[in-house]
Amino acid sequence: MKKAFRNDAHAKVTGQAIYTDDLKLHDMLHAVPIYSELPRAKLIFLDTSAALKLPGVIAVITAKDIPGNIYYGQIIKDYPVLVDKDINSTGDVLALVVAKTREQAIAAVPSIKIELQPLKPILDPEEAMNPEADILHPSHVSNLTNYHRVRRGDVTSAEKEADIIIEEEFSTSRVEHSYLEPESAICHLRCDGVMEVFGSMQHPFSTRRFVASTLGVELKDVEVKLLTSGGGFGGKDDTAALVCARAALCAWILKKPVKITYTREWSMRESYKRHPYKMRYRMGLNKEGKILSVKARIVADGGAYCSVTPWVTWRSTVQSCGCYEVPNVETDVYGVYTNNIFSGAMRGFGSPQINFAVEQLVEIAAEKLGIDEITFRQINMVKQGSTTITGQVLENHLVSLNQVLDTVLKESDYKNKRQLCSFGNPNHQEWYGIGLAICYRGVSLGAEGTDVNSAILYVQPDGSVLLETGVFENGQGSESAMILIAAEQLGLPLERIRYRMPSTSNIPDGGSTVASRGTIMGGGAVVKAANILKQIVGEAVQKYTGKTVSNFENSQLLDPSGVLIMSWDEAIKLCYNNQIYPYAFGVFQPPQISWDEETGQGNAYYTWVYGCQAAELKVDPKTGIVKLLNMIAAHDIGKAVNPFALKGQYYGGMAMGAGYALFENCPCENGLVVPTNFNKYRLPRSIDLPEMKAIFIENPDPVSPSGAKGIGEPANELMAPAIANAIYYATGKRYHSLPIRIKI
Amino acid sequence: MITVNGINYYDYDPERKLSLWLREDLSLTGTKIGCDIGVCGSCTILINGEPKLSCRLKVKDVENCNIITIEGVALPDGTLHPIQQAFIDAGAIQCGFCTPGMVLTAYALLKKNPHPTRQQVRQAIRGNLCRCTGYQQIIDAIMLAAERLDLKQP
Repeated sequence: MKKAFRNDAHAKVTGQAIYTDDLKLHDMLHAVPIYSELPRAKLIFLDTSAALKLPGVIAVITAKDIPGNIYYGQIIKDYPVLVDKDINSTGDVLALVVAKTREQAIAAVPSIKIELQPLKPILDPEEAMNPEADILHPSHVSNLTNYHRVRRGDVTSAEKEADIIIEEEFSTSRVEHSYLEPESAICHLRCDGVMEVFGSMQHPFSTRRFVASTLGVELKDVEVKLLTSGGGFGGKDDTAALVCARAALCAWILKKPVKITYTREWSMRESYKRHPYKMRYRMGLNKEGKILSVKARIVADGGAYCSVTPWVTWRSTVQSCGCYEVPNVETDVYGVYTNNIFSGAMRGFGSPQINFAVEQLVEIAAEKLGIDEITFRQINMVKQGSTTITGQVLENHLVSLNQVLDTVLKESDYKNKRQLCSFGNPNHQEWYGIGLAICYRGVSLGAEGTDVNSAILYVQPDGSVLLETGVFENGQGSESAMILIAAEQLGLPLERIRYRMPSTSNIPDGGSTVASRGTIMGGGAVVKAANILKQIVGEAVQKYTGKTVSNFENSQLLDPSGVLIMSWDEAIKLCYNNQIYPYAFGVFQPPQISWDEETGQGNAYYTWVYGCQAAELKVDPKTGIVKLLNMIAAHDIGKAVNPFALKGQYYGGMAMGAGYALFENCPCENGLVVPTNFNKYRLPRSIDLPEMKAIFIENPDPVSPSGAKGIGEPANELMAPAIANAIYYATGKRYHSLPIRIKI
Repeated sequence: MITVNGINYYDYDPERKLSLWLREDLSLTGTKIGCDIGVCGSCTILINGEPKLSCRLKVKDVENCNIITIEGVALPDGTLHPIQQAFIDAGAIQCGFCTPGMVLTAYALLKKNPHPTRQQVRQAIRGNLCRCTGYQQIIDAIMLAAERLDLKQP
């Protein structure tokens, strides 16, 4: 059989992989956080004297000990690493207790006396948007973290021409990433004065910025090293970075190594979540089945701190009408500060919410028009050369939405099975339903940030290769994908290539490993570096043998007629013997995007991916319990680099989507996250999930040097609406909010 | 006396949490702490062949017991157990945090039921949370391991 490839599999299956909490440094201290009990308050007084007398307690660190900036943030610097005066969330950390053991530090927490002056919290985004409301962050002009919009055509005129207009509201829940490894960091001040940080995070460079800001030092003075990461899903950015910054602060002050490992309770209380959305849509249609207009108002609860809310909601803005051609659009998207736990990046990044609404909305529209839901989609979905709602013409890549849709229709036998759906038939013992959803997704960051990545290929004198890129392993298998791409490019076996331990001091910042950009951006850089390396080696061989190298295959260098010139190892020896380093630095700069914030028009993303997912399920008419029967997905991923890992992304994405649809919910009560651990937060378990099918559609993308695009997020953004549609065909009822609770 | 991966231990704090004893005192860090309240399965170990949650036990609860942690599954020469090899070959590993607990749960299952159906595998691993894989390739791996172990039997 074909086997999977992962460079870390052996270590992980034997228990040898070192996650941050598995590491100990000599004379290491342990720090734990103290949280605010109130969602909004002034910190009046904090008495540490009793705690300092307890066994093992070394120090209690507060904001006044911070040598650098108290506040930091990725976009707006609004997050206090430790609270100095203003409390905005029950996830705010007021102080850190440092002790010889973690148990001693935890035991000291109740001895810290805290006096807070309560302020009335704002817990509803609509209330926060009221001009009369208190401004939660006085340095910010309003309670909006951002406002994005799309203006295209003329909605008012289009609605006059429309044969029907539908209006629907949808809402989605706050959900927790639920990486199984809680946040953990170990920091120590190295003898050269560098603060060395070991941790598990989405993006070591983002962590470095948080740490340097807190310590008041330059970026060169902090080195962040990524250890084995026990999952991220977008969730190990701000909070993981804050944990590192706090451990670094303690290590800086106490001149000893300090570890902070979160309990699940602290992680769930403090870490950011997926944004809950409220979405109001009005769609104008003609009786031929064309969408004439969409007017949308979308409000995202950003919670207490900005984090990346402006970027998350920007993607929602660009993709606010789903994958459909709509000539007249008015979309208004608001990111709002409240005193709930803050919201941030999570796999999907503003698209799962939109797709939950739009992929039901189109089916509601189709039914009103008396057109079947597939034909309606086929009439309106983007095709080759279509113009998106932001004015981007889809022409630089193959628009394969029809291909992914047709594949799922065929593989799931959708049209036949759709005829069997129960529609809440009282004569049925159990209600059967099938549903699907389609999407497109802008690849990588778009206007969220500068998009560039780099790779280093450094061949050692024995011909073995060290590889590093600006993408980071969160468990998805990015290092393995990079090794596979390098091996193919250089014509070497996998075992000749090793991925260097990632460090912020080795390679330039290539942006966060988010937005499903790892494979396309890192892989692109690997291809560029490999081309440079082959040129260096080829020129050396040409110079000293007079022979032209045209191919690198099977560890050999071949001339244009396929004749062996010399082996790879001999060529590398030749380089070293002649003062030539076989070392290459490759940079991938994708095409620039464009964006006009005023009109919401521009080429928002440099390329797009297309996907379709379907689910079959049964509903028990007595209990309302949903039983998933199977799930299927087809995505155009450009090119499959590592098929087993790719399937893993499909399956994990569908499973997380099913959790979003049916189980997961993280409400806040008076600002406090209600579920404290996995006993109160229902993740999909093996028995909740059905067998799944993953179908690769491979249309190599001309923009991607490796041909590959991305899958992490596309796989996660469709299952909730597919299940919602299947539930409709099973029960005859539409559910407009997540998670879906069937009412009998 | 407590036997862990074939080594006998006589000196221990009976009141210490078992997961911490393994991780901190014996440096067997393959046993992971995900929830610390006995719902995620990351700290699964085998006690006399039965999968148990080490975060819910004290050291005194396992006196005179035979414990196997993930570090004790491969042969002493480093050869992987067929279950471990199947997890690698079937692509069952992503972040790896659930992997030790999953492997040990699978180990106990296949000892009791060498020919499970996929549904029986699903039932057996229901106490082990995984956020990465949707369980599909973990089930593939356990089925593959069962097949390979079967071939090895005379």
